[in-house]
Amino acid sequence: MSALTAVEAPLLEVEDLVVEFGPVRAVDGVSFRLPAGPYGFALVGESGSGKTSVARALMRLVSATSGAIRLDGSEVVGSSRALRAYRRDVQIVFQDPTTSLDPRTKIGSTIAEPLRAHRIVRRAEVGDRIASLLAEVGLDPEMAERYPHQLSGGQRQRVAIARALSVEPRVLVLDEPTSALDVTVQARILELIAKLRRERGLAYVLISHNLAVVEQLCEETAVLYLGRIVEHGPTEEILASPAHPYTLALRSAVPEIDLAARRSRIVLPGTVPDPADPPPGCPFHPRCPYANERSRTEVPELRMVAGRTVACHRAEEIVAGEV
Amino acid sequence: MTDPKLSLRDLRITFGPRTVVDLDHLELGSGEILGLAGESGSGKSITALAVLGLASTLGARVEGSVRLDDEELVGAPESRLREIRGSRIAMIFQSPVSSLDPLLRIGELFERTLRLHGDGKHEAAERAAAALREVLLSPDLLERYPHELSGGQAQRIAIAMALALRSEVLLADEPTSALDVTVQAEILDLLRRVREERGMSVLFISHDLAVVAELCDRVAVMQLGRIVEEGPTARVLGEPEDDYTKRLVASVPKIGVRA
Amino acid sequence: MSRVPSYPDIESREEVLAPPGRLRSVPGVIRRNPLLAVGAAMCIAIFLVAVLAPLIATYPEDAGSATHPLQTLEPPSALHYFGTDQVGRDVFSRVVFGARISPLIAVLVLAISVLIGVPLGIAAGYFGGAVDEVISRVTDVFLAFPALLLALAFAAVMEPSITNTVIAISITWWPWYTRIVRGQAASVTGRPFVESAKATGVPHRTILLRHILPNSITPIIVQVSLDVGGVILTASALSFLGLGAQDPTPDWGLMVSQGQAYFTTQWWLVTFPGAAIFLTAVAFNLLGDGLRDVLDPRRVLTTR
Repeated sequence: MSALTAVEAPLLEVEDLVVEFGPVRAVDGVSFRLPAGPYGFALVGESGSGKTSVARALMRLVSATSGAIRLDGSEVVGSSRALRAYRRDVQIVFQDPTTSLDPRTKIGSTIAEPLRAHRIVRRAEVGDRIASLLAEVGLDPEMAERYPHQLSGGQRQRVAIARALSVEPRVLVLDEPTSALDVTVQARILELIAKLRRERGLAYVLISHNLAVVEQLCEETAVLYLGRIVEHGPTEEILASPAHPYTLALRSAVPEIDLAARRSRIVLPGTVPDPADPPPGCPFHPRCPYANERSRTEVPELRMVAGRTVACHRAEEIVAGEV
Repeated sequence: MTDPKLSLRDLRITFGPRTVVDLDHLELGSGEILGLAGESGSGKSITALAVLGLASTLGARVEGSVRLDDEELVGAPESRLREIRGSRIAMIFQSPVSSLDPLLRIGELFERTLRLHGDGKHEAAERAAAALREVLLSPDLLERYPHELSGGQAQRIAIAMALALRSEVLLADEPTSALDVTVQAEILDLLRRVREERGMSVLFISHDLAVVAELCDRVAVMQLGRIVEEGPTARVLGEPEDDYTKRLVASVPKIGVRA
Repeated sequence: MSRVPSYPDIESREEVLAPPGRLRSVPGVIRRNPLLAVGAAMCIAIFLVAVLAPLIATYPEDAGSATHPLQTLEPPSALHYFGTDQVGRDVFSRVVFGARISPLIAVLVLAISVLIGVPLGIAAGYFGGAVDEVISRVTDVFLAFPALLLALAFAAVMEPSITNTVIAISITWWPWYTRIVRGQAASVTGRPFVESAKATGVPHRTILLRHILPNSITPIIVQVSLDVGGVILTASALSFLGLGAQDPTPDWGLMVSQGQAYFTTQWWLVTFPGAAIFLTAVAFNLLGDGLRDVLDPRRVLTTR
């Protein structure tokens, strides 16, 4: 549960989300709330954490095995009209702009596609809308006539963002929006998202494996490992003093250009376990430097420690720096 | 630098009328990790390919000098280049899984490659197992196919191959860019060890200055085919002199700093 | 253009290495694709021959029901470039007019096959599931038979004529296109930009027309060009066996059939129509091969 109290019904609520693909449980009971914007919620995880499945469940590209996803307090069930309305209110920006844009469609048409699908503006106004969206994301309006391969990676990602914004969504899901880009370009895109947040009061779910990216844009963070949230709370707290060993490792792994900030890096042994065959007890214990007998047998539950929730038997010791 | 391992001089790489690389000089010392940093399109990858004599297969024309110890590689006969590739200079890429033959088990891949470079069957098997242990992978992985490996495992295999072949120089082209951040930390750690324990010289190509800062002794910054600044990492990234380097450094997102 | 100034302007320097894409200058294309040029030239020549047949043929009436009993089986000469046939008709004129028939059959057959096969393939690839099962099974049944045999079977139960030839061959031809398109459509459907469109709420109909179809069509274009030769050969085979065009239609296959009895002595009856079939098939094959090279997505859509 979020450490931040929600005063009214949250904009987006995910409750005990479980997503299974056959015998594999990709998402194992994830819950969080997104209040109305401006607000950034980060879902931090690496390959095998289930973050992609959470994103796809949010976009209704896969169906949840159990659990609820509510927009404005109500769940979207079945009916295609409700689904279409949901699809207008919740938009996604995918990781790789090279494949998320149709190579044979001009940029302008790509951006206008959601507009046309939801019949939001009159035909005569579409051109103007496209031009203003392009300008908003920092692109020259004449790019509407170009094809994706004529644009650089960063420019393509801006187009993807423009497309997502075209229908004035209430929630934006950003799935690793900068991972496929050069680091220097990443900064500009993050800056763009920050600007859009300010100007449009955006509420977004940002999925990333990089804590540096998350820190810039999100007030609240949840760390995913093997389909479960292992730490969840205010971003600042979590980054300043992580309570879960995995978060510690993630934090430690972020490379820094500032040589004065050098410290010994934690290198985790092994790899992420196969979600079809999770370890007993705490799912992280085989790789954890602080694992004890209890970790091997008992699955830790999320509990409140030092201002955030964390699923670790030794969280208090870790936060206090005793290990 | 006295006795550099790899020395590039007056290297010009052109595609028809377009010049993509125009280097005055670049040297990689023995046992050194040199970073080659720049954005996409700066020419860093094609430079590495040119060292191995592979740029011409893409249609490029290479002029100038690339010396490995005392031997000139530009213009060397293909047969000589084939001997050098792998056994003296190895290269690893951004996407390791796709650079491994999907139809071969890892063990078979090692066997074939090692035997091509002169090992007997038994010797090849031993070297392969030893190399895997060196990169902290279980020899069980020799039985797997590339698609069964994770990105991190595949990259370790690629490095193990260079170790098994006893390469002296490793060209690493964005080896961690496609990897998760903790896996990246593992691979960087591995590269450091490989340099310490084997004395391998590494040319580390990356667009990520922070990663370069973590790993490299020296760094050369490339822009549109030219080196604009070069020197010890701490100096170049801490107190850049060139405008482009300054802008690059300033644009790297830093943790602990709000936009 | 509004820019937020806190980070320096690095991105404008990014090099975009891709060429602008689509086919540009025709001379440039020709220089780099000699096969395509030759094939295209031959196809254009055949087209012109067909269109200008009445002007090119020396004895246009011989392409119809005229007969000349006094001039039968004459060898090639200045008067009759390809000689005359068993009822005295000028072979040259008949071959020239034949250029109207075979390609016409091919165009009709392929148009029908594309109109039936492509939509079915796209539906199967995009929707998957039960739709795919049903369409694929039906397609498999047709594909299990060699095209020629199937066409023969159909033609045999129908009255021999050009129309029925077209129908018989079309029935056997469309499944190939379904098969080709299905794979392509399924692959395109899995790509992120289609998922993106779905996630955005774009209706199926729009996705199919604007995304799936344009991205699946290239192999069909190539296949159609390559198939022209095949259809012509099949139609000729049917005519040869007496199941297609009938006398006095100057169909090349029919001419070969009628001339085979005289082959050892009056070689010109078989050779010239046969050569016409051969050259037409080659022409379209070259065109198809050339198009395939030119339309290779790696050429058109090179990215970093």
